Order: sequence, then C-alpha cells, then structure tokens
Amino acid sequence: MTQMLDQIFVTAKLWLMGYIPAAAKPLASAILSVVPVLIAFPLLFAITTWLERKGLGRIQNRLGPNRTGPFGLLQPIADAIKSLTKEDIVPLRADHAVHFLAPVLLVLASFLGYAVLPIGRNMVIVNLDAGVLYFFAAGSVVELAVFMAGWSSRSKYSLLGAMRAIAQMISYEVPLVLASVVVIMQAGSLSTVAIVEKQTGYTGIFPHWFVFTPWGFVGFALFMIAATAESNRSPFDLPEGESEIIAGYYIEYSGFKFALFFLGEYLGMFATSGMAITLFLGGWTAPVSFLTWIPSYIWFFAKLVTLIAVFIWIRGTLPRLRMDQLMNLAWEFILPMALLNMLVAGVWHFMPSGILRWLVCTAIVATPCVLFSARLKRKKRLQVRTYIFAD
Amino acid sequence: MTAAFFILAALTVAGTAAAMGLRNAVHCVLALTVGFAGVAALYLQLGAQFVGLTQIMVYVGAVAILAVFAIMMTHKPGEDQPRIFSSHWVVGGVVAAAVFSVLAWAISSSGTANQFPPPEPSVTVLAIGDSLMHTYVLPLELMGLLLTAALIGAVVIAMDRREETK
Repeated sequence: MTQMLDQIFVTAKLWLMGYIPAAAKPLASAILSVVPVLIAFPLLFAITTWLERKGLGRIQNRLGPNRTGPFGLLQPIADAIKSLTKEDIVPLRADHAVHFLAPVLLVLASFLGYAVLPIGRNMVIVNLDAGVLYFFAAGSVVELAVFMAGWSSRSKYSLLGAMRAIAQMISYEVPLVLASVVVIMQAGSLSTVAIVEKQTGYTGIFPHWFVFTPWGFVGFALFMIAATAESNRSPFDLPEGESEIIAGYYIEYSGFKFALFFLGEYLGMFATSGMAITLFLGGWTAPVSFLTWIPSYIWFFAKLVTLIAVFIWIRGTLPRLRMDQLMNLAWEFILPMALLNMLVAGVWHFMPSGILRWLVCTAIVATPCVLFSARLKRKKRLQVRTYIFAD
Repeated sequence: MTAAFFILAALTVAGTAAAMGLRNAVHCVLALTVGFAGVAALYLQLGAQFVGLTQIMVYVGAVAILAVFAIMMTHKPGEDQPRIFSSHWVVGGVVAAAVFSVLAWAISSSGTANQFPPPEPSVTVLAIGDSLMHTYVLPLELMGLLLTAALIGAVVIAMDRREETK
C-alpha cells in the first residue's frame, strides 16, 4: 500500500505508456514526464503569491487579500485574469524583438533547471551524469534574459536595474556553486539522484542528511544566502528596489509579460530551493525514520513549502542591503567561507569518525565566521557613486 | 545524422551568420549567443555532457554578458553602428573558400572521422574529473595560479583607473 502510493505517478506513467505505439514512445515518455512539472510548479507559484501576500500582511499587521473566495484563496486566479486582459504596452523606442523575447527566454531558462530535480523516488525527468552542472548552466541563461529585458526597454531605470541584477547574479553565482561543491565532494557524483541516494540512511531515527554535518550546515547556510540573492529577493532585492528604481529591469513591461517575469522569478526561487533540498536536506527522504510511509513527493513539496515560508518570513523581516554591503558580503564573507568549507569537507573525509572530527571541523568554520563578520561590521568611508554609462 | 542534428546545425549557422550581418552591436552579441547555444546542444547530442554544459556556462553565461557589458560601456545605447564590412569581398570569399577546403580535406582524410558507425563516447564527467585530479593535477594547478594572477592584475588595473579620475 505504502509502496503503491509512493510510486503512483510512476506506475500511472508506465500504464499510459502501454497504450502508445512504439514509434511515438520516446516523445510520449518525454511529454508525460514534463507536463506534470509544467503544471505543478506554476500552480505552486499561484499558491505562493497568495501565501506571500497573506504572510507579509500578517507580519505588517494587515489582513492581506481577503475579497475573492474564502480567505482570499481565489486571488491568484483574479490576478491571472487581470494580467491577461490588461493592455500590452511596449515603449515606442523599445527594441521590439528583444523586448518580446526577454520574458520568454526568462521563463524558458527558469523551467530548464527542473529537469534534474528529483521530486520523488524514481521521479526525475532526466538523471543526467552531470546533473548539478546542468542545473547551474541552465541558471546562467537567466542573466542574459535579464540583460535583454533591461537593455531593450530603452529606459534608465530598466538599464540600471539590469546592471544591478547582473552584477548581483554574477557575484553570487560563485558562492552558490562553491557552496554546493562540498556536497559533490562527499557524494562523489554530480548526479542529483545519486546525491539524494547518499542521504537515504538513518541513524536511530535521525536521517543522514548532509545538513547535519559541520560542512553541510555551513554549506546550506551559504547556499541559501546566495540563493536569496540569485532570485533577487529581499533583502537582496536591489535590482527591483521599488523606492529607488521603481521595478528594475521589468518596469517597461505590462500585462501578461509582467506576469511572466513574476513567474520566472518565482520559478527560479523554487528551483534553487529544490536544489538546496536535493543537496543538503535529503531530497525526497523523510526527516525521521518512522515517517517513511508518507510518499516521497509529499516530503519534497513539504520541504519546498517550508523553505518558501522562510523566504517570505525573511522578506517581511529584513531591510534591503546597500549596494556596497551586498558586494562586501559576497566577496568578503560568503566566498572565503565557501572556500574554507571545502577544506573542512576534506578534513571531514579523511578524519576517523567520532567526536574529535566534529570538534575540529566546527572549530575550523566557526572561528573565521566570527572574524569575517567582525570585519564586515567595520565602519567604511563612502563616496558618491557615479554611473558612467547611464547618465 | 538525425533531424535534431540538422535543426541544431541550422540554428548554429543562422545565429553566427546573423552575428556577422546585423547592424546593432548588442543584437550581434545576442545572435552569437544563439550560435554558442547551438554548438553546446551539438556537443550534448554527441554525448559530451561536460563540454556541452561548460560551453553553456562559460559562453552563454559569462562571455556573452562580458561582451554586452563591453559594448554598453563603450557605445551610447540606441546608436546603430555603421557597417564595417570590407569592400574587398572577393578576397574575403577566396580566403573563406581556402580555409573551408583545407578543413574539409583534413577532416575527410582523418581516420577517426570516417568510422561508421561512430564509436560510442566512453568519457564520462567522472573520468574527466579523475584525470584532472590525478594525471593532470599539476597543469590544473598551474592554470589556476595563472588565472588568479590574471584576476589580481585586472583588479589592480581597475583600481588604478579609479585613482586617476578622483
């Protein structure tokens, strides 16, 4: 029974494949794997917009959406209809072709990463040998889409927003990749499926997730900070800072194209959260050994929703960083910590298991962490910034 | 020789051709990026996962961004550049034909290119990583040192410039 519920989608796909002629099988198999992902994650996006507005409302002592449906649950549908029926305004001097292609490319690139995310036992679209590498390669295409949007709008605000977004994404891509290298070192594989399988065991009732080791914990923290910056979310939302440059690179977009940017941004956030789950939080495995009877995909989505809730909580709590703080954080704190963490992963690998290993590894990461953060807090002399290319 | 190959090849050729023909420099870079992506997809189709994904990461993710930044910092946005084609297109055509014929001759006379069916690629990402970390660890470290030196050099040059403008 448990087994059946766990594999219900896999069995359903196999059953459907039985009715398809052999010639069409490769194509049909791809479609049957891709379409559920294309439905599930935009649906999650719709729920998240509602959850985010309700959560932020709660944090800010407001009610949030409460007019459409019970608890405002139908708000995403109302939003979708509104953005579909809005007039699509393109600036007169905009570069029309690039302006049109930017949101398309953004959503496309955001969807690509899902191909290697194992959302349940035996539930991954492709089990690539170089899955993690593929994920980051797909993520790097997003930068180009952001640039296209900012440049083609022919607006100062768009261009400034795109510049900020690209500077931020490039700076934080390095720690994002370096933070995940420790997991690759320990798992000995770039395949996401193999990485999850390494974390399936239990000691007593506790799982063997990578986050429960010194290097895994540090890696997870760094990965999540970098992921927040990669997805341009508060407190790293400088590219769209509403009070400074209105909405950044997508200010000249309206109607459904604007909704596509919104969708792309959230899909990116879900994908990096999904990657964090795969790398550090044991993917689809249960958090305690006596709950393994709950289907694997439910665990994946439960973890995903938890991470989303943390993102919303952070957005409601922390103020936006300044540009120099953003860059200093990346280059003076996260990057050295990520490099050090790789050393710790090596030490962990070669030391015999026991309490000494824990103490040594924790000491190696904790001491510099304190030192680096003290360095970040120093007072800095600041000068007026000039943007030479957007006067 | 499947349909996928022809689609990808057409995409690559069209992208790179557009990169040469378009007037707007940013459009050229974007078209070139299509070419890069097409080449990456061809690598992937040949089973070379590591090369294909690195091609996307480095060329689409980094080189294209670098190129557009360079263009935007040197040109005013929205300004179309005059055509820079040489008027000696006959000479250019002869050079192109010569290069093509030399390449075609080299490929057709090579032993590995004419095996049919082509041998299955056996090099996995794991094998590449293994040989980088065992056999070629010294060259890898040297490359790392060289790149770090280049990075520091770039930072030093950028800092000098800021001093001047002050």
